[in-house]
Amino acid sequence: MGRFHRHDVGLAHDHPHPHGGDASHVHSDGDPKIIRDIGDHSGYDTGRERIEVLEDIFTENDRRAADNRRRFDSAGVAAVNLMSSPGGGKTTLLERTLAELAERCRVGVIEGDIETALDADRLRALGARVSLLNTGHGFGGECHLDAPMVSDALGRLALDGLDLVLIENVGNLVCPAEFDVGAHHKVMIASVTEGEDKPLKYPVMFRSVELIVVNKIDLLPYISFDMDAFRANVRRVNPEVKIIELSAATGEGVGEWLSWVLGISPRGVDSARPTDAEGARS
Amino acid sequence: MRTIELEIGALRQVVPEALRYTWGFVTAGTTLAGAGLAIREVPLIIECESGHTRRVRELYEGLKCAKCDRSTRIVTGQEFTVVALDVDAGTVGPLWESEGPPA
Repeated sequence: MGRFHRHDVGLAHDHPHPHGGDASHVHSDGDPKIIRDIGDHSGYDTGRERIEVLEDIFTENDRRAADNRRRFDSAGVAAVNLMSSPGGGKTTLLERTLAELAERCRVGVIEGDIETALDADRLRALGARVSLLNTGHGFGGECHLDAPMVSDALGRLALDGLDLVLIENVGNLVCPAEFDVGAHHKVMIASVTEGEDKPLKYPVMFRSVELIVVNKIDLLPYISFDMDAFRANVRRVNPEVKIIELSAATGEGVGEWLSWVLGISPRGVDSARPTDAEGARS
Repeated sequence: MRTIELEIGALRQVVPEALRYTWGFVTAGTTLAGAGLAIREVPLIIECESGHTRRVRELYEGLKCAKCDRSTRIVTGQEFTVVALDVDAGTVGPLWESEGPPA
């Protein structure tokens, strides 16, 4: 691969580096090339070597994410990475989605939870194929899903016959935004109880998604949440993002979400097919 | 290993101070014990579709173009890169010669 470059003291190699750009840095001959007496290494005392790496720390994760995406693609499955803060309503929205789409779309769920199978049990009851990822193992747990974890989960989730895989990330507005897990679409839920300032406090998350679901709108009469201010704050970090307001609890506004979900399925809205939930239960 | 040179962009949710603080703990007792981190913090610079560039010092300023209100792309600020390793001479040659660089 030639990603590592060795610079002995007073040595350099004979071609320019793509600094700040593409970190994949492959030599035509595949070997690190060392040319004497080129380059300024005056800052290095004798007895030291500088090895140029120029490798993104996320390279390995991104490679695994690309593998996951290929697996989804070859199975004809659309994959969604669903993120929110803890208690934002991911599982409730998934429950309603599974119930509403049962006749139209076959859904698998990858469920990231630090501990417990509580969410997975709720979703299995609705006939979904669920692959649970407990990230805890008694040591506190990961705060996000990464591509290798999702790859493990895919090993336990038969993709054949599925139209859609919803990946429920760990509840957290920081780390999940950083890790590509191999989904085709990144979606977040922001519930109105979290306040309208959150897009400015977690801009990386709000910028990373193509769709923001604003959940718990049934609570709007009881709280001081300014939807216009929230939307304006979202636009300051992600001007193009689509926003859907709904209540996963009451079902208000969920139709627009379901239309979006059916729209991203490779088999499309018109692929109405009988569910295999019956088979899964028997 | 003496020093690991890193670049961390301002939009990466990596806190350089926290990384420096924990680095000593996680490397203690390993072959990296005593190795330092040289972190270059890269500012967040955005550029809009009309070519206006701006350095964003505080994220709550938002990431839209201040001049024309349009969408922007990130010019710098997303780096999280190992730039180079500074090692004692002669300590890494055999690794390559026998096994080649890590795949």
